[in-house]
Amino acid sequence: MLLEAQDLKKHFETRKGVVKAVDGVSFALEPGKTFALVGESGCGKSTLAKLMLLLERPTSGSVRFRGREVSSLRGRALRQFRREVQAVFQDPYSSLNPRLRVGKIIAEPMLAQGDLSRAEIRKRVEEALEVVGLPTTAARLYPHEFSGGQRQRIAVARALAVRPEVVILDEPTSALDVSIRAQILNLLSDVQDEFGLSYLIIAHDLALVEHFSDATGVMYLGNMVEQGPTEAVFGAPAHPYTQALLASAPRPDPDHVLPTDVIIGEIGSAMNVPSGCPFHPRCPQRTAQCETVQPERHVSAPGAWARCHLLHGPAPRPASLRPDQLERTST
Amino acid sequence: MTADATDLPQGTRPSLLMRLPGRDFPWISVTILVGVLLLAFIGPWVSPWQPQALDLRSAFNPPVWVEGGSWAHPLGTDNLGRDILSRIIAGTRISVIVAFWAIVLSGALGTLIGMIAGYFGGWADIVIMRLVDIQLSIPPLALALILAAVLDPGLQTVVIVIVVTYWSWYARIVRGEILSLREREYVALARIAGCGPVTIFTRHLAPNIVNTLLVLATLQVGQVIIFEASLSFLGLGIQTPQISWGVMLADARGYITNAWWAITMPGIAIMLTCLASNLFGDWLRDVLDPRRKQL
Amino acid sequence: MSLIEPIEPAAALEVRNLVTELRLRRGTLRPVDGVSFSVAKGQTLGIVGESGSGKSMTCLSLLRLLPRPGGRIAGGEVVVAGTDLTKLSDRELARDWRGRRISMVTQDPMSSLNPVYTIGDQVGAPLRYHRIARTRSDARARAAEALGKVRIPSPEARLHDYPHQFSGGMRQRVVSAMAIACAPEVMIADEPTSSLDVTIQVKMMDLYRQIQEETGVAIVLITHDMGVAASICDRIAVMYAGRIVEQGPAKELFRNPAHPYTQSLLSAIPKLGEKRKRLYALGGQPPSLTAMPKGCRFAPRCALADAKCHASYPGETNLGAGHRTNCWRVAEGGAPHAA
Repeated sequence: MLLEAQDLKKHFETRKGVVKAVDGVSFALEPGKTFALVGESGCGKSTLAKLMLLLERPTSGSVRFRGREVSSLRGRALRQFRREVQAVFQDPYSSLNPRLRVGKIIAEPMLAQGDLSRAEIRKRVEEALEVVGLPTTAARLYPHEFSGGQRQRIAVARALAVRPEVVILDEPTSALDVSIRAQILNLLSDVQDEFGLSYLIIAHDLALVEHFSDATGVMYLGNMVEQGPTEAVFGAPAHPYTQALLASAPRPDPDHVLPTDVIIGEIGSAMNVPSGCPFHPRCPQRTAQCETVQPERHVSAPGAWARCHLLHGPAPRPASLRPDQLERTST
Repeated sequence: MTADATDLPQGTRPSLLMRLPGRDFPWISVTILVGVLLLAFIGPWVSPWQPQALDLRSAFNPPVWVEGGSWAHPLGTDNLGRDILSRIIAGTRISVIVAFWAIVLSGALGTLIGMIAGYFGGWADIVIMRLVDIQLSIPPLALALILAAVLDPGLQTVVIVIVVTYWSWYARIVRGEILSLREREYVALARIAGCGPVTIFTRHLAPNIVNTLLVLATLQVGQVIIFEASLSFLGLGIQTPQISWGVMLADARGYITNAWWAITMPGIAIMLTCLASNLFGDWLRDVLDPRRKQL
Repeated sequence: MSLIEPIEPAAALEVRNLVTELRLRRGTLRPVDGVSFSVAKGQTLGIVGESGSGKSMTCLSLLRLLPRPGGRIAGGEVVVAGTDLTKLSDRELARDWRGRRISMVTQDPMSSLNPVYTIGDQVGAPLRYHRIARTRSDARARAAEALGKVRIPSPEARLHDYPHQFSGGMRQRVVSAMAIACAPEVMIADEPTSSLDVTIQVKMMDLYRQIQEETGVAIVLITHDMGVAASICDRIAVMYAGRIVEQGPAKELFRNPAHPYTQSLLSAIPKLGEKRKRLYALGGQPPSLTAMPKGCRFAPRCALADAKCHASYPGETNLGAGHRTNCWRVAEGGAPHAA
């Protein structure tokens, strides 16, 4: 396992109470693969991304990189981790400092590592620009001289230039126009193949996630409610929330009729997470048990599980088990 | 990858200096400010009289355009026959020195404190912001009286009083700017790149508050000049025989009824300089950030 | 005016050759340049396009809410119930039309609501202003009725609540209640659901459908999301660089897109159930308003463009059943396939 979260929790103390933004989430990112986190606003997926990037320290639980605990690293060891895990964010305007030239923006991670010569850094900047389809002359310009799509290419170039193993993509295309989105998605796929990168992608667009990822985790109010290979989660969603999300997604197909009865009301607050199953107030299939007892994880398909009382499969083995090992334990 | 990405804009943006003139450039304000600055340096060589030269025979000469005035003393003379124009010119020097040091020191102190409060937050922020609140609730003149009682009145005291009064102004605004800059994604990305706090400060935060500081400093020029004049007028600031516009006002108040020009002329000098700096500051703010119409 | 054209239901809104200009210091721009469409009573027209395509500017032009100074309608007609709104004075438009017979819902429900007034006051305000409700209590009763129409539970009780006491989805319902309170003939909705989560969005779209069935209001829906457009629009107009390049019945447009731009838009979006297909990526970017191509505005990005496309703008080709497009390849009888 390359990058792993184990029972990760992040609670924020506020004057009104404790916000349980992330409340006991585990998942693992395999080398060369893409893991997607989906969920609605307020489900904790962005906080989880910050935890994985070590921008926030977890309240409890651990973040492991190549099996080693990293969430408490500082100083030199932390900088070493920074070389391996880079990020691309949503807003191509706010993610590039307007006062730096593009060359400096792309060079920044390498400058921070401090182990490359200037000539080597310049060479790597030019290579990175070439990879993302921008001319090397772009290095001398300022961000405001580029369009949104070009800026996002610069952000990708910057993330690639230190040759990381993992890139965390937080809504990398949702601020872009449809025709530009496809350019960036294809670019991300290409560089993944070329450099064997692993992606952790955060997105709310389900079609994009299905298109782009190998494994998917569905989050609701700080909890992971379903997780597994993308084919399984999208092909046969086991959790009523995943089912509702998929059914609600608008499709560019005029014959598709959107159902209106798959979900009730709106997402709750992470400050008052409902008792039992956090989804029960919105679940059309809830029972008395759902209101009081937190459901266990049940295997729903090979390598996939969901937390729901409606399921009766056995508990999945620890997250590090491979799907073929799980197959033997599932019914 | 795709051919499209190669159509880049040509040329970089013109430098700040190139962009400044043009958009409703405040020529009059700038002329006044440059004039004041110039006089502060070359004053002794261009002033028609020695500012301290007494000439009791020509005491209370009115300005040239009033009956009885002459070109010898274009703005008239005071009770001791000293040339008011020469004294105003001499006063620019004190005004510029006070404004320079007061702005540089209060700006530097306030910026540093504001950056610490904004970036680190937590206890540092709470303590600093309480200090700012306390500072803002003390009337500046009361503070000046206390400080003047402890320290000797004079140029240094004026600068110290202004710094003590104005640092909180900078600290508050810089803190606010840093709080919003800190949330920019490029700051998070700099941390992900492995940059330490010092790099983040100098590379990502400081350059982005320069515009704000420039505007604040320009707007402060007028306030500092008035502040110095008030302190000197009250006898807590610059002391005779040093000359400042405030000292001139103080000297002239005794005979305001028979020689109005002695108090009006330095008053006009103060007013014009303040107005010029405020207008210039407003313009600078609009040019540097058209979105922010008020601070 | 061909005889085989089916008779379309009476148009609630008809826009003919609308041109909007923005006068800036560096010159005059035309964000909307000759747009024509019509919406029938009880129908929804979707205007889809990317940012900068002029879709929002078109809507603002209908209500004459253009940026000032500089924005003005430079030509064309906007006809509602036989009246050309472009000929009216600002006062007439504000008194009898805007918010009364043609209303608007915007993207961000929070900035459409004033935090210091109660929901009852805000929903009642257009009713009072347009003299539909003569008294305060009448306005309240009608406001409660409007809130009921947008399915807000116990509307009377919620009249006294403030916007912050409503959730995001409920606020968008309140904004919609304001828009339908005066029973308008036309409602313009500019990205009404794009700030909402999908599970809320699906309910809002269902609500618009129900309101339309009950009141017969004609809706103009501005969106960048093809999925949203497909799920509630009867007709769709695709805008590119200030012009409508293709319009037609939603089913027809999605099944047989004629214009290369529409085709590439549809193939550029990932679809649920289609796994790991490389997306068709349209190259380049839309042209800037300051540098419009002389010929077809899509030509610089179009894989099928030839000399003619670069030289002059194509006229409209009628494909039947109200399906029309502006493309030289279609006009010449070819069936273009860019994607």
